Amino acid sequence: MTIGLAHYLAVAAILFTIGVFGIFVNRKNIIVILMSVELMLLAVNINLVAFSAYLADVTGQIFAMFVLTVAAAEAAVGLAILVTFFRNRGDIAVDDASMMKG
Amino acid sequence: MALQAIAFYLMAVVTIAAGFGVVSARNPVHSVLWLILAFFSAAGLFVLMGAEFLAMLLVVVYVGAVAVLFLFVVMMLDVDFAALRQGFARYMPLGMLVAVILAAEMVLVATTVAGAGAAKDSVAPLASGKVAAGVTNAEAIGQVLYTNYVYFFQAAGLVLLVAMIGAIVLTLRHKPGVKRQVIADQVLRTPKTGMRLANLKPGEGIGE
Repeated sequence: MTIGLAHYLAVAAILFTIGVFGIFVNRKNIIVILMSVELMLLAVNINLVAFSAYLADVTGQIFAMFVLTVAAAEAAVGLAILVTFFRNRGDIAVDDASMMKG
Repeated sequence: MALQAIAFYLMAVVTIAAGFGVVSARNPVHSVLWLILAFFSAAGLFVLMGAEFLAMLLVVVYVGAVAVLFLFVVMMLDVDFAALRQGFARYMPLGMLVAVILAAEMVLVATTVAGAGAAKDSVAPLASGKVAAGVTNAEAIGQVLYTNYVYFFQAAGLVLLVAMIGAIVLTLRHKPGVKRQVIADQVLRTPKTGMRLANLKPGEGIGE
């Protein structure tokens, strides 16, 4: 059988779902939450590249590149915030991180 | 064709299994290692789709930079990870329910769209993004990225710059008690502030 668009979209859908599931079950561990977000962005990239290949149009790959850029920036800033938070609190439990509620 | 199918199923199964490993591993270090495996096999999927440049970008940027950054942070923070896993079993049923519904819906939509060929028929793709024959993947990306999307490209660079400065500002810490050179103070120093003339009488020292 030939591998078509539907196969890649299914893989991306399952990967995105695993990312959502990871956010649900690891509610206290913000490092794993950040990794789950990365997984979801990877699923989005797979979707973009699959449609790019399907339509023989390179625009999808360019958008995947921009998504990659934003994901890298997000990971860097997120981990920097995490390190600062750990320095101030000595812990990274996010469920009691409500001191900035105002 | 059969080889392509075998490669696809191998990459897909490894990607999904590694994704599941990320969210279910007990030790976050193992999570990061699973994440690296997921990115690597996703890069394999990209190669199968003919997006070699993006696949290499994924390996270089994600496996080489982002995953290593995660690894650094996980190993640097001294956290009791067992305490953070509390509630894993409690949120499991709800998470499973949401995940199964979401996956079913998305797979249904994906297969329907792909089966009907709706994407190809209803959407008129930009003529500029069409890949010409005999052009490599990287060349095709460059031809479109540096012409139609040059401002977005610049904006992406700006995003990275802001993220870099933000990460430095957030984590930079000046330790008190460490002597450091202040150039402005040195430049502003004049003879008037730098020395003091004391009029001493004979037989007396400088008593402060």
